[in-house]
Amino acid sequence: MNVEILGISVLWLFLFGYVIVASIDFGAGFFNASTIVTRKHHIVNTVIQRYLSPVWEITNVFLVFFFVGMIGFFPSTAYYFGTVLLIPISISIILLALRGSYYAFGTYGTKGHVGYTLMYGVTGVLIPASLSTALIVSQGGFIRETATGGIELDYVALFTSPFAWSIVVLSLTSVLFISASFLAYYSSVAEDKGALKLFRKYTWIWSFPTILTALGIIIEMRWHNVVHYEGLLSLWWLFALSFVCFIVSLMLLKKASYGWSFIFVVLQFAIAFYAYGVSRYPYILYPHLTIYDGFTNQTMAYALVTVFILGLLLLIPSLYLVFKLFIMNKPYIQKGK
Amino acid sequence: MESVEFSRYLTMLTLSVHVIFATVGVGIPIFIAIAHWLGLKNNDEHYLLMAKRWARGYVISVAVGVVTGTAIALQLALLWPKFMEFAGQLVALPLFMETFAFFFEAIFLGIYLYTWNRFKNPKHHFLLLIPVIIGSGMSALFITSVNAFMNTPQGFALVDGTLTNIQPLVAMFNPAMPTKVAHVLTSAYMTSAFILASIAAYHLWKGNRHEYHRKALALTMKIAFIFAIATAVVGDLSGKFLAEYQPEKLAAAEWHFETEGEAPLVLYGILTETKEVKYAIKIPYALSFLVHSNFTGEVIGLNEFPEEYHPPYFVHYFFDIMVTLGIWLTMLSMAYCIALWRKWKFIKTKAFRWLLLTSGPLAMVAIQAGWWFTEMGRQPWIMRGYMTVAEGATDSAHVPLMFVAFSVLYFILVVGTGVVLTRMFKNNPVEKELGELEIDQRSVAK
Repeated sequence: MNVEILGISVLWLFLFGYVIVASIDFGAGFFNASTIVTRKHHIVNTVIQRYLSPVWEITNVFLVFFFVGMIGFFPSTAYYFGTVLLIPISISIILLALRGSYYAFGTYGTKGHVGYTLMYGVTGVLIPASLSTALIVSQGGFIRETATGGIELDYVALFTSPFAWSIVVLSLTSVLFISASFLAYYSSVAEDKGALKLFRKYTWIWSFPTILTALGIIIEMRWHNVVHYEGLLSLWWLFALSFVCFIVSLMLLKKASYGWSFIFVVLQFAIAFYAYGVSRYPYILYPHLTIYDGFTNQTMAYALVTVFILGLLLLIPSLYLVFKLFIMNKPYIQKGK
Repeated sequence: MESVEFSRYLTMLTLSVHVIFATVGVGIPIFIAIAHWLGLKNNDEHYLLMAKRWARGYVISVAVGVVTGTAIALQLALLWPKFMEFAGQLVALPLFMETFAFFFEAIFLGIYLYTWNRFKNPKHHFLLLIPVIIGSGMSALFITSVNAFMNTPQGFALVDGTLTNIQPLVAMFNPAMPTKVAHVLTSAYMTSAFILASIAAYHLWKGNRHEYHRKALALTMKIAFIFAIATAVVGDLSGKFLAEYQPEKLAAAEWHFETEGEAPLVLYGILTETKEVKYAIKIPYALSFLVHSNFTGEVIGLNEFPEEYHPPYFVHYFFDIMVTLGIWLTMLSMAYCIALWRKWKFIKTKAFRWLLLTSGPLAMVAIQAGWWFTEMGRQPWIMRGYMTVAEGATDSAHVPLMFVAFSVLYFILVVGTGVVLTRMFKNNPVEKELGELEIDQRSVAK
């Protein structure tokens, strides 16, 4: 394995980490807000608060980590994605900023303010949509050259593309699916029957649209990017495996084995995410940039890998501590502080 | 070249907002730790409550710091894509390490906040603050080293447009790094101390006579004095560094055009169009002395540099503001500490408390002025000697629109933070919390 592949694998792992923790967070915010509208807020409120409060900041770091690592290992991505994505990513930043700060204002400041909670819910749905433009653009076909030799985003092509919209829909449904599945598990640990019933229902509701859009995107790829479509087909067995995990997770959900059900949801996404990643090899931005021509110099690559390993030695025990204190800790989940 | 100008303004806006929260974010954990430690050691409810209340306010500022920090991290690539493509190969290491430090801090801060009363031995809970302090200090160190690299790039060779012989550690430990990091850290601790002192002084000034506020003021002012001295000493070293490595920045700060020995120090004043300094206070020989520690040393003037590489001359005003406020705050905290020790009465007057109450905001103004001086003082370079600001900027035509959007965002964030923090503490004064504690203890005793 060469260092380019090692680099992109590490980043892909962090992006996946962000997808999972952010999905739980975004979805929780959405359920928290939507239950205010449907007047079921008192049922889910405590479970969501107990999970979110100690970890919301960590979620944000995953994103920064992916992003800084990307520029570190592949500096050319800064030029391409930076130039093209000014507006969509700025929108994401603004939404993330409002979301993060209003969460803090609502939780630590004036408690229980409805406006903050609604804001937190709405942004939670819009952020995955705006962030997924980066993924859509990386697929190729949405960048055009300007008269002066620069590059820019082709907004008309982007907004009229069914493929682009399918990815947005997938990001939304999977956010709600992952989140509901996790919160079902969390409320089962908390022995909070009302919340458990609700989140179980949400998991069922969001599971099928997720898998349908995912299948739809594979088919649409055939028209959008033939090379990538063939790449996806050659890995069909991985997607089949992912689908099996999906079925298993639903069976476990039915059997009220929520922890394992969530683990299979994560496995389902992990396999599909990695298969998707492998299938686009070697492109970062089709067809402008591959992992080889955008790579940093060798010295910096080895320095980054070294720091990464040292950093993990610090991070893993710390994350384990968070896990032990807040996520796997029955007394905390049941009683709160 | 409209994009370049707006990219500069937007970066300046984001950083100016971020630095408010970043400074507090780096500095305040130390004060939480000291108060917490004093509380545990002396079994003093006041100090324990102080740690709790400071921590509660701190979370709000950390939240805004995190989101504005995320904004600047992403904006670097959005607004300066060509610069990041180039520099990404040289400074990726400290950038990457910064996120680790940040991660570390985020994890332990979360644990600290949610584990009051969860450890059997309260000292274990206290120990959680150590990684928070280390994490915040380290992230300041790494990110400042990136900024220092932009001022004094090294650790690579540029042969016909290609980078060779890259040495990440040499790039990280560049000549500007030691003084810059030291100045950032000491001034962050100093500013945080003055801000916390301001809060205590405000309550005393309003006529509150509670022991809690007196303890808070005495504690923070003593530490503020120590860090004010440290900041001044490091500031002097930074000046000597500038004279050696970035003489044009120092010369612009001092309106020093001709290279000469026996150079005077110029304070205040205005600059006419013919580059004459008017209405200024000139201290003879002082600049030579500051730079070379002797009165006749030669100081390089701006005229040695081609005009297109001159920094804007108005950086002089930022330099003046920073230095003046620094000296004023050092004297103020010294006066307080001496008076406290000698038991002089004047520090209890309303007027003096008003002065103390302004110290926090003034320290923050000094931080802003200092950053504006150092950043505008390296114009026109984004990477001194290698890339100008115009060469690094984006081509996108949408920057003005984004500038407006972010201005609105920051307005909401800053006002929101102010409102939330004020409400949080106003509705829950110290007396009330201490009263609740006593009731708690009584019910335990029964």
